[in-house]
Amino acid sequence: MKRALHPGRHANTVLWLLLAAVTAFLSQYGRDIARSFDARWLLKVPFAMRIPMKAEIGAFMKWLVDEAHFGPVTFTDLTRAVAWAIDQPYRLVRALLESGFVQGQGNDAVQILPPLSWLAVVFVVMAIGHYVRSWKLAVFVGGCFLYLAVFGQWDSAMITLASIVIAVPFGVVGGLLLGIGGYRWRWFERLLVPVLDLMQTVPIFAYLVPILFLFGFGPVSALVATVIYAMPPMVRITMLALRSVPDEIREFGRMVGCTRHQMTWRVLIPSAVPMLMVGVNQVIMLSLNMVIIASMIGAGGLGYDVLTSLRRLDIGGGLEAGIAIVVLAVALDRLSQAFAERSLPSRQPENASFLRRFPRMTMSVAVIAGLAVAGLFWPFLQDYPAGGEITTGPFWQDLVRAINVNFFDQLEAAKTFMLLSFLIPVKRFLLSLPWPWVVFLITLAGWQLGRWKLALLCFLLSMFIAVNGLWGKAMVTIYLCGVSVVIAALIGIPLGILAAGNERAGRIIGGFIDTLQTLPSFVYLIPVVMLFRVGDFSAMIAVILYALAPAVRYTAHGIRAIDPQLVEAGVVSGCTRGQLLGRIRLPLALPEIMLGINQTIMLALSMLVITALVGTRDLGQEVYIALTKADTGRGIVAGVSVAFIAIMADRLIAAAAARTRRRLGLA
Amino acid sequence: MPQKPVKLVCRNIWKLFGEGAERFLHDRPEPPDAAEIEAAGLIGAVRDATIEVHEGEIFVIMGLSGSGKSTLIRCLSRLVEPTAGEILFEGRNLLAASEREMIEIRRHKMGMVFQHFALLPHLSVLQNVAFPLEVQGVDRRRREERAREVIRLVGLQGREDNFPRELSGGQQQRVGIARSLAVEPELWFLDEPFSALDPLIRREMQDEFLRLQNVLRKTIVFITHDFDEAIRLADRIAIMKDGAVIQTASPEELVLAPVNDYVAEFTRHIPRAKVLTLGSVMVPGPPSGPVAGILAADTRVEAAADKVEAATLPYGVADEDGNIIGTVDGRIIVDVLIGRETRRESRQ
Ligand SMILES: Nc1ncnc2c1ncn2[C@@H]1O[C@H](COP(=O)(O)OP(=O)(O)OP(=O)(O)O)[C@@H](O)[C@H]1O
Ligand SMILES: [Mg+2]
Repeated sequence: MKRALHPGRHANTVLWLLLAAVTAFLSQYGRDIARSFDARWLLKVPFAMRIPMKAEIGAFMKWLVDEAHFGPVTFTDLTRAVAWAIDQPYRLVRALLESGFVQGQGNDAVQILPPLSWLAVVFVVMAIGHYVRSWKLAVFVGGCFLYLAVFGQWDSAMITLASIVIAVPFGVVGGLLLGIGGYRWRWFERLLVPVLDLMQTVPIFAYLVPILFLFGFGPVSALVATVIYAMPPMVRITMLALRSVPDEIREFGRMVGCTRHQMTWRVLIPSAVPMLMVGVNQVIMLSLNMVIIASMIGAGGLGYDVLTSLRRLDIGGGLEAGIAIVVLAVALDRLSQAFAERSLPSRQPENASFLRRFPRMTMSVAVIAGLAVAGLFWPFLQDYPAGGEITTGPFWQDLVRAINVNFFDQLEAAKTFMLLSFLIPVKRFLLSLPWPWVVFLITLAGWQLGRWKLALLCFLLSMFIAVNGLWGKAMVTIYLCGVSVVIAALIGIPLGILAAGNERAGRIIGGFIDTLQTLPSFVYLIPVVMLFRVGDFSAMIAVILYALAPAVRYTAHGIRAIDPQLVEAGVVSGCTRGQLLGRIRLPLALPEIMLGINQTIMLALSMLVITALVGTRDLGQEVYIALTKADTGRGIVAGVSVAFIAIMADRLIAAAAARTRRRLGLA
Repeated sequence: MPQKPVKLVCRNIWKLFGEGAERFLHDRPEPPDAAEIEAAGLIGAVRDATIEVHEGEIFVIMGLSGSGKSTLIRCLSRLVEPTAGEILFEGRNLLAASEREMIEIRRHKMGMVFQHFALLPHLSVLQNVAFPLEVQGVDRRRREERAREVIRLVGLQGREDNFPRELSGGQQQRVGIARSLAVEPELWFLDEPFSALDPLIRREMQDEFLRLQNVLRKTIVFITHDFDEAIRLADRIAIMKDGAVIQTASPEELVLAPVNDYVAEFTRHIPRAKVLTLGSVMVPGPPSGPVAGILAADTRVEAAADKVEAATLPYGVADEDGNIIGTVDGRIIVDVLIGRETRRESRQ
C-alpha cells in the first residue's frame, strides 16, 4: 500500500476524472437507462427498502409521555417538575422587566407592583457597562437600550431579555457542571463528546419538535430549547479551560494539601475564569439566537414580532423588530465581551464602607426605588410615553416599496439569471443522479481519505437518509448548501486575503464580520424576503450572509500564520505579488482555509433549516412541517438526516485538511 | 563535619513513564539498563536514584534539561507516584501513606516553590500567600496576620493588595517563596525557582534566599540546571544524568574528585576560586616562619585572595578548633585563580 503511494497519486487523479465523467453521463442519461432497464429503484429508493423510523420514534415519544415511569414517578411528572423549576424564575424576571406583579386571574387581575421603570433599566445597564469596562461602553449600551424605548420595541425586547436572563444562568451552570464531570472522569467525557457533536449539528428546528411535544407550546418550551441549544459550547470550553490550567498550578494545589473539592472550586475553576468567560459570551449569544427562533414554540418577544410580520408580509414591522434584535444583540455582546476581557480591579480595602466598595450597586438600587416612587406621580418615568415613540415602520415600508418599484427589473433580472444559469442546473444535476451511485461516491471518498472507518461511516449515514425516504429532499439540501457555500467561499476567501494583507482593511472587514456573527440567524431572512420574495434564491442569499464569516476568518488567519521566512524566501527568489499569493501563501494556508469552508458548511446547514420559512423544499421544510404538525418522529428523522450530512461533510473535510497539512509538512 | 540527622531518604527510586511500566520493572530479576527501557517503549525519567537529605542543609539536585530532576523531586513529594523504590520522611514510609495522610503531611510539613511561580491569578498577593492556610481552614484574621509576616520576610510589604500580574518576575517569585513559607514547612522543595528570571535578578534572589536560609534553617531540596547557582547555594550537590544520580558530594569534592568525565566536564568552566577552600589548597604542616595572619580552613579562596596576595608573608590556615594546620601564600592563590594545577590536585 505504502509503496504504491506515489504513482498512486497520479492514478488517483485519473480515477476521479473518470468518476466525474461517469457521473456527468449518469446525470444526463441515467434516467433513460434506468427506465429502459425497468430499474426504477435506481432513481427512487424503493418502498421495500424503507424503514419507517419516524413512526417508531413517534410511537416511542407517545409511550414516553403516556406511560413511561420510573418507579412511582412518571416521565410526565418529571417534565412537569422541570417546567415548574424553569417557570418560577422566569415569571419573576418577566414580572420585573415587563408585566409587573399581578394578583388574580384574567380580567380581575390587579397590578400590585409595576415592572422596573424603563429609565431604571437603562441606568442599570449603564452601571454594568461602567463596571465591566468604561464610560464609553456605558454610554453605548445605554444608547442601545434607549433606542429600544424610543422606537417602541421596549415591551417585546424586555420579554426577550427576560428569557435570556433565565436561560443564560441555566446554560452556564449546567455547562460548567457537565464540563467538570467530563474533565474528572474519562468515561463521562467519552459519553459526552459524541452527544455534543450531534447536538451541535442537529438543526435548531429539530430540537423544537420533541421539546414542543414534551413541554407544550409556551415560554417554558422555548427556554428548555434555548438552554439545550446554548449549553454545548460551555461544556466544551469548560473541559478545555480546565485542561489548560498550567500543570504547576495543579501541582501547587496538591502541594498545599487541597482536597478534590477545594482543588476544583478554589484552584482550577478560578484560574480558568478568563477562558470560561469566553464560554459565557457564547452562551449569551446562542441564547439570543435561539430565543428568537423559539418564538415559534411560544417564546414571545421580538422574535414573535418578526415571525408574525413575516407571515403577514408586513415589511415595516418586521424590519423594526429585526433592527431591535440587532441592537439588543450588539449591546449584549459588547457587555459580555467586556466582562470576559475585564482585568480584575485592584482590591478595595476591606474596611471601606459598603458604598465605597459597591458604588454602582448602591446607586442602582437607589435609582430603581426612586423611579418606582416617582413613576406613581409622573407616569412617563414609569413607561416610556407612547406619544414620544418614533415608529420607523412606514419609512421602511416606503423604502422597500421604492426599491422594489424602481429596481424591480434589475433585481428580478439578477435573480432570474442566477436561477437559470446556476441554481436550477445544479439542482437538476443532483436530483437526476441515481442514488446508489451517490452513496458509492461518498463511500469511496471516505475510503480514500480515512480508510474503512470513514468509508463505513459515510456508507451508513447516507444509507440512513436513503432508507428513510428522504433522498430527494436531502439532495435539495445539499444543492442549496453547496451553491451557497461556493458563493460564500468566492466572496469570503478574497476578503480574507485582503484582510490579511492590509491592516486597515483587516480592521474594517473584521468589524463587519463580527457584527454579522452577532446577529441571530432569523434576522437575515427579513431583508432577503423583502427584496426577492420567497424561494431558493432568497434562501441562498440568507445562507451566504449567515455563513460567510468563517470563510473570511480562517483564510485571514491561515495567511497570517504563515512563517514569514517562507514569504521572504519567495521575495528573495524574485516572486511577483501574484506568484507570492498563488505559489506560497494560498497553498500553505490551504489546510486552514479548508477548515474555514468546513465551518461555513456547518453554518450553512443550520441556516438552511431556518430558511424553510421562506419556502425551500428541502430537509428543513420537512422539519418545519413536522414542527407545525407536532409530528416528533418525522421531525427527528429529518433533523438527524441534516446532522448526518453535516457530520459526513465535517469528517471528510477534516480528513482532507489533515492530509494536506501532512503533505505540506505542517503537522 | 559532624553529620546532622537524616530528614529525608529515598532509596532506589524508579520512575518509568509509559504503559505497563510497573510490570516491566517487577518482572525482571535485576534492574534494566537504559537501552532495555527504551526498547520496551518506556521513558526512564528516574532510574535507581538514591539520596539522603540531612536536616538543615541545602541539598541541590542538578543536571541538564530532561535529566529527571523535576520528576525526582515530584516523587519525593509524591506528586508523581514512583514506579518502584522507598521514600522515608522523618523515618516514616511516605509511599505507604494514605491520600488523607499525604494531605496532612503536605499541609503542615512540606512546601514547594515552582519554576513559573504558579500564583493564582485571581487572588491578591495577600490572598495568595494566605491560601495554603485558608485551605487548612485557619480563620481569616490569623491567616492574614501570618501572611503579612512572611510577606515582610521576603521584602514585599506594601504590595499586599496587588495582583500577581501587576508584579515583576522577581517579585512574583518572592510571593511564591512567601506562600510556601506561610505554613512553616520542615521540608522545602524548590524546583528551579530562579530559572525564569533574568541573570541580575537571579543573583539578587539567590542572595535573598541565602539570607532567608540563615534565618530559617530549613531542610531544602533545590533544583537547578545552572552549576554556578548550585555551588553558590549548595551544601551538597547530586548530579543527575539521564535519570540516574551519578555523584553526590560537596561542591569542592565535585571539583577535586569528579567520579567521571561527565562530572568533570560540568566543573571545568567553574572558577575554582569560588569552590575551593583554603584547607584544600594549603601547604599542609606548621608554618616554617612568621605568618601575616590566620585564616579559617573553610574560607573559599575567592574570599581570601585579596588579603593573601597583598601580604608579603604567607597566611596560616586554622581548622575549626583553631589549630594551625597549613599555610597559603600568594603563589598558591595565583595558581588557583589562573587555573594552573594546584599541588593538592596534582597529588590526587
Ligand atoms: N508525565 C510525563 N510523561 C512522559 N514523560 C515524562 C513526563 N514527565 C516527564 N517526562 C520525561 O521524563 C524525562 C525527565 O523529565 P524532567 O521534567 O524530570 O526533567 P528535568 O530534569 O526537570 O528537565 P528541565 O530542566 O527541563 O525541567 C524527560 O525525558 C521527560 O520528557
Ligand atoms: Mg524540570
